[in-house]
Amino acid sequence: MKIFEKMSRIDRRYIYILIAAVVIVPLLLKPKLPIIPTKPVKDIFDYVENLPEGSNILISIDYDAASMPEQQPFLEALLRQCFRNNLKPVMLVQWQLGAPLGTQGLEKIAKECNAEYGVDYINLGYRPGYVAQMVGIGREIRDYFAVDYKNVSVDSFPIMKNIHNYNDFALLVGLEAGATYLLWVEYAGGRFKQKIALALNAVSAPDAYYFYQSKQIIGIVGGMKGAAEYEMLENKPDLAVAGMASQSYSHILIIIFIIFGNIAFFVEKNRMKKEGGK
Amino acid sequence: MATIIGIWIAAGLTLFIYSFLYKDNHFYKFAEHLYVGITAGYWLIYTWAYTIQPMLLDPIIKNKEFILIIPAFFGIIMLTRWFPSISWLSRWSIAFTVGIGAGLGVTGSIQGFILPQLRSTILPITGFDFATFNNLLIIFGVITTLVYFYFSKEHRGVLGQGAKIGMTFIMIAFGASFGYTVMARISLLIGRIYFLMFDWLGTIF
Amino acid sequence: MLKSKNIPLTITFIVGIIMIVSFFIPHRPFGDIEQISLKWYSIIAGFTMLLGVDSLVGLHYRKIKRKEENWQHSIVLIAGFLMVVIAGIVGTVQFGSAFDEKSFFTYIYNYFIVPLQSTMFSLLAFFVASAAYRAFRARNVDAALLLITAVIVMLGRVPVGEVISPYLPKFTDWIMEVPQMAAKRGIGLGIYLGALGVSIRIILGIERSYLS
Repeated sequence: MKIFEKMSRIDRRYIYILIAAVVIVPLLLKPKLPIIPTKPVKDIFDYVENLPEGSNILISIDYDAASMPEQQPFLEALLRQCFRNNLKPVMLVQWQLGAPLGTQGLEKIAKECNAEYGVDYINLGYRPGYVAQMVGIGREIRDYFAVDYKNVSVDSFPIMKNIHNYNDFALLVGLEAGATYLLWVEYAGGRFKQKIALALNAVSAPDAYYFYQSKQIIGIVGGMKGAAEYEMLENKPDLAVAGMASQSYSHILIIIFIIFGNIAFFVEKNRMKKEGGK
Repeated sequence: MATIIGIWIAAGLTLFIYSFLYKDNHFYKFAEHLYVGITAGYWLIYTWAYTIQPMLLDPIIKNKEFILIIPAFFGIIMLTRWFPSISWLSRWSIAFTVGIGAGLGVTGSIQGFILPQLRSTILPITGFDFATFNNLLIIFGVITTLVYFYFSKEHRGVLGQGAKIGMTFIMIAFGASFGYTVMARISLLIGRIYFLMFDWLGTIF
Repeated sequence: MLKSKNIPLTITFIVGIIMIVSFFIPHRPFGDIEQISLKWYSIIAGFTMLLGVDSLVGLHYRKIKRKEENWQHSIVLIAGFLMVVIAGIVGTVQFGSAFDEKSFFTYIYNYFIVPLQSTMFSLLAFFVASAAYRAFRARNVDAALLLITAVIVMLGRVPVGEVISPYLPKFTDWIMEVPQMAAKRGIGLGIYLGALGVSIRIILGIERSYLS
């Protein structure tokens, strides 16, 4: 039983080394694991897939570098799907520290798909105000975004010709790392009946299930796993799929930690009880 | 070349931060302070480029929208917090923003959350199948969770039992959130290790 | 008289009521007033950023001036701040926008902010693993329930769960969509009912803590 006592006092740095190893090794060995899309992810994919050609999709970048591995792969997979189906992404940003991530994802995929700026897609950049902006867009998007992310008048781009408010967007996709999605659902969804899909980082994803059940959103892409599912649906496995083996084995290691920690706890508890009994 | 230098800088900063895992040290402190400083500078440029210039200066100068001097005034008096003798002026701006937030909050919370969420909890429980069982669980779970957070009366008798069951649902919810949180944190680590292994070491090997 | 709290309380009341009225009557003049107010709100909100930046930079400037403990770190902070501001100004002059892909401002974002921010948050992976080993104990039935749910979700949400048993992801789906969803909805309703009450109290001037 002493082994449990010893193990319960193990230096935390050994734990750190183990967790790093369990992430590194699968990235090198690339074991194949099944990635089966779940319904909340498939619902979004199917919805986008069935939109009529030329539909505008409002994409909101509400994350920053702290959630990049979870959100960036989804953004790229979604943009590929948009351009493949001749849908027109209109990007705006609520989290200013994430703005360049949105821009880079958009430019990368647009180049890959030969999409033309201002015709097939546009990047409106960031404006402050969150809820005020979300409600304001309900009347006229130009009240907030008269110019694009490089300060060029949006009216100089053909894509914006018929875009004024939520009525002109077939879907709003929020890529969310915090609580901004609550505002989108409450105001864009509640007040203006905008169809909404959410890609949430894994920390926020469980909280959004009530919106999915109430049909206030059409689906949820949760964390890197959700992004991996979307990559599989889009038939272009990329960074999220590459990370799934590491993700799997890290979870197993953490479960082993929990089990070991608890065994040590109960052994210690029993020993103390016995010693107390003497 | 600039990209390779950039990748090396990024890798160096990544390792500086990871050095904290061994113990707190000056490399970590350097990276931490650099991060905060850079972020503050970034905010400043953003405020200029995405607020003051496109929403204020350009419309006033180019489109002669002089009415915008009013929000500019409210914005500037917000900064009076720097000067204690006139900091009371900033209350006007705060009052304006708080008033808008509260006004929108009243209608938004009812229309966007409370009503649709309550409506979706009123589910059919007339059948004898798994869906009905789930509907019952949802209704029961929502009510007992609300009971758990109802503190106006002592949790005894039926209320106590309800709160206890509510606690069970809450524990399941927290367990699920914990599982997802682990998932999120590991994803971030995967992202960084991927960068070090393939982007950084890729410049060497 | 101008210093009186009655002025800000009146401002809050009027704009709060305008927001509510224009929700029910979105036509002229209320709809227009609402739209103008919302735009003004965004502009004013933008200024608050400057307050944060100033207090941060001011704090570290004073630290350097008084040579307080670890003042050298504050030099790094100020240097980082100045580097970005200068890069932003140069980028705006050179390319017409600091956000041009070729600007040094974007370079700093890619090779400084992204690694610093993402690594900082990824540290939590190590801490959560360490906490799993040292702190997550099934001390009672409730804690055990939390841990068991966490373990099921951790397995059921990754591909290896599918390998262990195809029922594991399905069971996880059920947990997410039924019991955990119900509890989260209960919590959410509680929060929103509370927020609704606070909003009404603010508009009516009963809640005034934001003015202190």
